[in-house]
Amino acid sequence: MAILFILIPFISALLMLIIKGNTTKTIAIGSSAINLALTVALILSNNYENWNTNLDWIPSLGIGFSLTVDGLSLLMILLTNFLLPIIIGTSFNHNYDNPSLFYGLVLSMQAALCGVFLASDGMLFYMFWELALIPIWFICAIWGGENRIAITLKFFIYTFSGSLLMLVALVFMYLQTPGSHSFAIQDLYNVTLNKDAANWIFWFMFIGFAIKMPVFPFHTWQPDTYTNAPSNGTMLLSGVMLKMGIYGVMRWLLPMVPEVINGRNIAITLSVIGVVYAAIIAIKQTDLKRIIAYSSISHVGLISAGILTLTPNGFQGGIIQMLSHGINVVGLFFVVDIIEKRVKTRELKELGGIAKSAPKLAILFMIIMLGAVAVPLTNGFVGEFLLLNAIFDYGASTAAIAGLTIIFCAVYMLRIYQFSMFGKTNEKTQNFEDLNSREFMILAIIAVAVLVIGVYPQFVFDLASPAVNHLLEQINGSNLSSIK
Amino acid sequence: MESLILFIPLLPLIGFAINGILGKNLSKTIVGIIGSGSVLGAFILSVFAFFQVLDAGSFQAVAFKWLEIGSLKVDVGFQIDQLSAMMMMIITGIGFLIHIYSIGYMHEDAGFYKFFAYLNLFIFSMLLLVMGNNYILLFFGWEGVGLCSYLLIGFWYQNAEFGKAARKAFIMNRIGDLGLLLGIFFIFQTFGSVSFNEVFTAASGTGGTVITIICVLLFIGAMGKSAQIPLYTWLPDAMAGPTPVSALIHAATMVTAGIYLVCRSSVLFAASPEASQFIMYIGLFTALFAATIGLKQNDIKKVLAYSTVSQLGFMFVSLGVGAYSTAMFHVTTHAFFKALLFLGSGSVIHAMGGEQDIRKMGGLKKSLPITHITFLIGTLAIAGIPPLSGFISKDEILAKVYYGTGSLPFILLCITAVLTATYMFRLYFLTFLGDFRGTHDQKHHLHESPKTMTIPLIILAILSVIGGFLGTPEWMNHILGTEHILDKYLSLLHNKGIIHPSEIFEYVVLFVSIIVVAIIWFTVKSFYISKKQLPENDEDEKGFAKLLSKKYYIDEIYNTLFVKPIEAISEFTHNFIDKMLVDGGVNLFGSGVKEGGKTLRWLQSGKLEYYIMGMVVGLLLILVFNFIK
Repeated sequence: MAILFILIPFISALLMLIIKGNTTKTIAIGSSAINLALTVALILSNNYENWNTNLDWIPSLGIGFSLTVDGLSLLMILLTNFLLPIIIGTSFNHNYDNPSLFYGLVLSMQAALCGVFLASDGMLFYMFWELALIPIWFICAIWGGENRIAITLKFFIYTFSGSLLMLVALVFMYLQTPGSHSFAIQDLYNVTLNKDAANWIFWFMFIGFAIKMPVFPFHTWQPDTYTNAPSNGTMLLSGVMLKMGIYGVMRWLLPMVPEVINGRNIAITLSVIGVVYAAIIAIKQTDLKRIIAYSSISHVGLISAGILTLTPNGFQGGIIQMLSHGINVVGLFFVVDIIEKRVKTRELKELGGIAKSAPKLAILFMIIMLGAVAVPLTNGFVGEFLLLNAIFDYGASTAAIAGLTIIFCAVYMLRIYQFSMFGKTNEKTQNFEDLNSREFMILAIIAVAVLVIGVYPQFVFDLASPAVNHLLEQINGSNLSSIK
Repeated sequence: MESLILFIPLLPLIGFAINGILGKNLSKTIVGIIGSGSVLGAFILSVFAFFQVLDAGSFQAVAFKWLEIGSLKVDVGFQIDQLSAMMMMIITGIGFLIHIYSIGYMHEDAGFYKFFAYLNLFIFSMLLLVMGNNYILLFFGWEGVGLCSYLLIGFWYQNAEFGKAARKAFIMNRIGDLGLLLGIFFIFQTFGSVSFNEVFTAASGTGGTVITIICVLLFIGAMGKSAQIPLYTWLPDAMAGPTPVSALIHAATMVTAGIYLVCRSSVLFAASPEASQFIMYIGLFTALFAATIGLKQNDIKKVLAYSTVSQLGFMFVSLGVGAYSTAMFHVTTHAFFKALLFLGSGSVIHAMGGEQDIRKMGGLKKSLPITHITFLIGTLAIAGIPPLSGFISKDEILAKVYYGTGSLPFILLCITAVLTATYMFRLYFLTFLGDFRGTHDQKHHLHESPKTMTIPLIILAILSVIGGFLGTPEWMNHILGTEHILDKYLSLLHNKGIIHPSEIFEYVVLFVSIIVVAIIWFTVKSFYISKKQLPENDEDEKGFAKLLSKKYYIDEIYNTLFVKPIEAISEFTHNFIDKMLVDGGVNLFGSGVKEGGKTLRWLQSGKLEYYIMGMVVGLLLILVFNFIK
């Protein structure tokens, strides 16, 4: 049954081949809403094991079309299917030429993303991973800004190279499986490697995932791509797609080669460097999108460092922060989109005083901004607290450095807010039109999500904990065996 | 009672929600009633809680489980004991008066409803801070207070300077917050819990480096919230907000949070002499340092702001010598007279049409009789005239310091007390006595404030007078048959025992205080009133006076040492490291591949003969290679 999550958007995407005009919007939002409803129903039914799909695909090579639903996958699917209708809703601010193509690509991306988060076969995972890249590349290359061709080319080559490293690692692991070989996740987990091989596998996979997130120093494609992509493309990239990398580390990398302690230490160090590095850069940027892009690198670095500590706090914190970051970053990019559409600029210095004529926007933007700043009782705090706590147990001084994010993030986020919303109006912003009802509804949904997760995060932990425990047992179990 | 406790923070939260969401469409009267009423309700419940604690001891109430992962358990749970009940009464009681006052003060403001929503949120956060039964909930309130101060300091958001002050407050507080957060992580790592009861049970009888590290980290948090060196510079700037906000921040909430944190964790602090000493010296230095700056400020609110920093220093000195209940005593009396002084200054500013410079005031006694008399009471209280509240609590701190650590801190603290009386009298004389120095228009418009503003002043003035009887010293107990109520009530804070000063010491301090304060009074009066001296313009100041009027250039120093370098690093990191090195490396890799491709392209010439030749050469090489092997 889990295959429905992939089939529904995929079939809707195919429908776009024959449908034109505004109907495409209806289909896109309807189809993504059905996916969301299905996700919620599945969570509420509390019976998700029965939804696993196991079909033969290429049996001779040990490749199966197997999708497995557990708490972690479910939360990732929830994030994807929660954000997709929102992103599609925000896209109505633009009249993309060739909407059939646009919504077709968005929906195929949704299908691929769901596939990534559900796949429990290495080859299938890789296939969905690459399938997700193609639509977003087209979206950026067709509807992006001025430099779109050069920038998207770099984006594509960069991330694709990472994927290839991951493929090599997967195939290598596959060849170590006993008998006639298999890509099934558990078989890959069970492979024991010698130290050198484990090191190579760790780095090949980590770099593949690190590029996607991105983790310092593999991040330089990201600010340009985020800035140049159409807003909805940026939302897809930052809201959902980067979570593929984090998810990959949790689901594939760590349980497969948990014994690479040196590698993990270096990866944690890189992640923490990225936290501070990107935050410092964000302080002086003036393009709204670019600031949020760098803030995203900073936040993701913290998630990466946290999960690499292999602790329950780190994993749970990472999971809830993926949800929170996805929700917040989509909200922030939507606010930027709203501002840019009205005043035709994203330059901080040309803005100011918007709160005066747009109080609704000011309030909702404030709540989402506070989520990003990780003020308690917003969603951002829960994850940041757990992640920093996990990093603290790994090393107190590492946590002190990573903890600088709570200062720097306040600096650049308040700066954005101050210079756009507060201060004096100018001729560009004095007649700023407040949110229309659709924009209000979307931002209000996001703001409510910010607060709900912040006030009552336990439901996320309850849902995730069996999967987290399973993964950590897998990791620690093989850790033990490798020590023997 | 347990479930009723939940309503104490809930009422202001509801008030915030109603005014925040619907306030725009409600009349100002209703907004005011909802805003003040919710706090009044919380106050009444707090009084009930107070008596409950008095009768039956402390109790807990859990609302729901916020988070549980492994051994990390965090409840949204409240603990009502002597300490929290006392804080709750201060917060809601003074908070309520400030709400009432704001109805009059903010009446003409377009953001009236927003103001009340924020005030309610402030009270909610502060209640969360003092009521939480664990460090995480305390941290919730801690950060919430920081957020509210940001919203309220920058309330008049169209003024960019105010916005800057608001951001400064939030960011400086966040620096402290990082310390507190790390301290909490240490606590959890060391004691395996974040709930107060479990931590303190586990910590009793321990000591050593870990405790000291924890205490210092917690204190870094307190430095931020309670404006101690080096994190104090936000507080004087925080007066950018409407005046009731200053009263709220300086008196009832926010700055008392740091004192509360140390008192709450007094089990830990008592176990670390090093950390205690550190706190004592920071407090001492801050008290003296801020008091000297206060001597040369000409903005009525700025004088009061530096006096707050200085008074907080007193409290930390007291905490540093282990006199936790004494610090709480001073928190209480300070809340009375500082709220009074700030609200009084608001009444003055209100009458002066927004003017805050005391050089342009003078002679306001006649036109603002109630403000004048109440402000005078506040001035005398903070200056230390017996038996007003400020004298008694400050006297107790001095005694504890004298017996607790020795003479140098004691002397420095006495000097600070002298300075306090000096700058406060200066402020009073320049504002209320002498001739009016404002414009003709201002003189014409001078008026006493409406009742919503004067009644809170009167109540606070009464409290400033009698507040000291919460902790009467021995000599008074002898004469009047009173007792030290607070010492008895706050027995849970006596982790280091109580020091009782000798009666002779008390009498000496009493008479010396009276004489010294009287001398200061007449000296300052003759200088500013009889001789009609006025403070110089800031530019004309010279030497040390200039240094003081420029506040030791600390803001400029911070700017040069921290702000500018970080901005420069930011740009350098972006332009050089990120673009040139990291991305340059990536591009180099890319062009390397491209150039490599170009170089190897001649192999793919498309000419068949080359390919055949290549094959032949290759085959030969393989054969030769095999042969050699």
